[in-house]
Amino acid sequence: MYKAFIFILRKELLLALRQKTDVVTVLFFFLIVSSLFPFAVGPDLNTLKIIGPGVVWVGALLCSLLALHRVFETDFSDGSLEYLVLSGEPLTVLVLAKIGSHWLITGLPVVIVAPLIGLQFGLSAGSLSLLLITLLLGTPVLSLMGSIGAALTLGVRGGAALTSILILPFYVPVLIFGAGAVVADLQGLSIEGHLSILIAMLCLSVALVPIAVANAIKIALE
Amino acid sequence: MAVFFFLLASILTVWGLYVGFFVAPTDFQQGESYRIIFIHVPAAWMSMLIYLIMSFWAAIGLIMNTRLSSMMAHALAPTGALMTFIALWTGAFWGRPTWGAWWVWDARLTSELILLFLYIGYMALRASIEDPRRADRASAILALVGIVNVPIIYFSVQWWNTLHQGASVSLTKSPSMATSMLTGMLVMALAFWMYSIAVSLIRVRRIIRDREANAAWLSDSSGVQ
Amino acid sequence: MQWESISDFFAMGGYGLYVWGSYIVAALCIVIELLDLWKKR
Repeated sequence: MYKAFIFILRKELLLALRQKTDVVTVLFFFLIVSSLFPFAVGPDLNTLKIIGPGVVWVGALLCSLLALHRVFETDFSDGSLEYLVLSGEPLTVLVLAKIGSHWLITGLPVVIVAPLIGLQFGLSAGSLSLLLITLLLGTPVLSLMGSIGAALTLGVRGGAALTSILILPFYVPVLIFGAGAVVADLQGLSIEGHLSILIAMLCLSVALVPIAVANAIKIALE
Repeated sequence: MAVFFFLLASILTVWGLYVGFFVAPTDFQQGESYRIIFIHVPAAWMSMLIYLIMSFWAAIGLIMNTRLSSMMAHALAPTGALMTFIALWTGAFWGRPTWGAWWVWDARLTSELILLFLYIGYMALRASIEDPRRADRASAILALVGIVNVPIIYFSVQWWNTLHQGASVSLTKSPSMATSMLTGMLVMALAFWMYSIAVSLIRVRRIIRDREANAAWLSDSSGVQ
Repeated sequence: MQWESISDFFAMGGYGLYVWGSYIVAALCIVIELLDLWKKR
């Protein structure tokens, strides 16, 4: 079980390293989307400071969506997903490995670059580190919830757009508590509540999402 | 059977509107604009109740593998979305004179908007999967994920709202709500309920017929070859 | 009974636009749903 998990994780990461375009595209998308906001809102640093955490969070959210559809789709169309299901290993563990690799490839780079974007919005060092923490806790939840949408739309026409429609409502709580923590901190409020809820959401989704995804994949393959 | 529920809905609507417009007094704070609640509150209640019932049927269909309950879930979704839309629209028309804005990011309004998105997602997923059995089961999973998330979304929106707006206006009615106002609202809620039952019964019959026709057509064409 | 006349009823104490705007759209929604069901019979 553990071996299968590591095997899939390594395979996906090696593939991503060989084909760097995925990671690079997501990163550039993140940079460009968040750099657009000052043009729309104006260069006033006080305004930018207020919207900064929100912009970074929305950017991270869009990046997560961008690569979501491919989490299972390529394996589905070349038939290797069927082998995974028939391999005898628990499908939930295999699914968790796929989701984990999706986060390592598209989520983690965004988290690492995020403080750079935050600087552009005039966020202080304290805010930046808090932003980093909330992103570290929140973006895995985005990958997890998103994979439900990706699994439900396997092989469906217009699957990428459909995935976004299905998943965006479920992203709302993550966005509220992720960006909210940084804003609350700026206002001098306590952020313990925000962080504990983010952690709770992460634990809950790690436990429950793989079950939903495994079932969705089985339905798609029937 | 649908005719019976339609009849019931019509009678209740006439009664409810009569109470709402001719018996219930003018509200001392909101004037006549409060009369919107006779459709707003029932529509909002129904939008949530239908989502619950829809998820219930979807779950039964998924676990027991019964076609009829999945079709029932399928039939409920459009009416639920319609109720959500009515609740949002009337909410905006009530909010304009009461709060001075068509849209306020009030916790309940925002949650209702997200509920509409959930309905739209459910229907979009169903519409894009061609095999009806797969559509049944995939959308059931989505409905179940939704039902787990609805409380989380509602809670987080409420948290977010209080954090950003402080002591903002809320939808709570004045405590001295006249009994005739309450009667009108409850009767209208019953009317909406009966209407939803009637419409979804007709729709489920249509879905059954369509699927059977489709299956017959498929076996016909394979017989020709 | 709190309405002096029919025009008084339609004016809704100055809130006519909001009250009737809500009721008419709600009624329209229901009519559209029923028509849609009827058409696909």
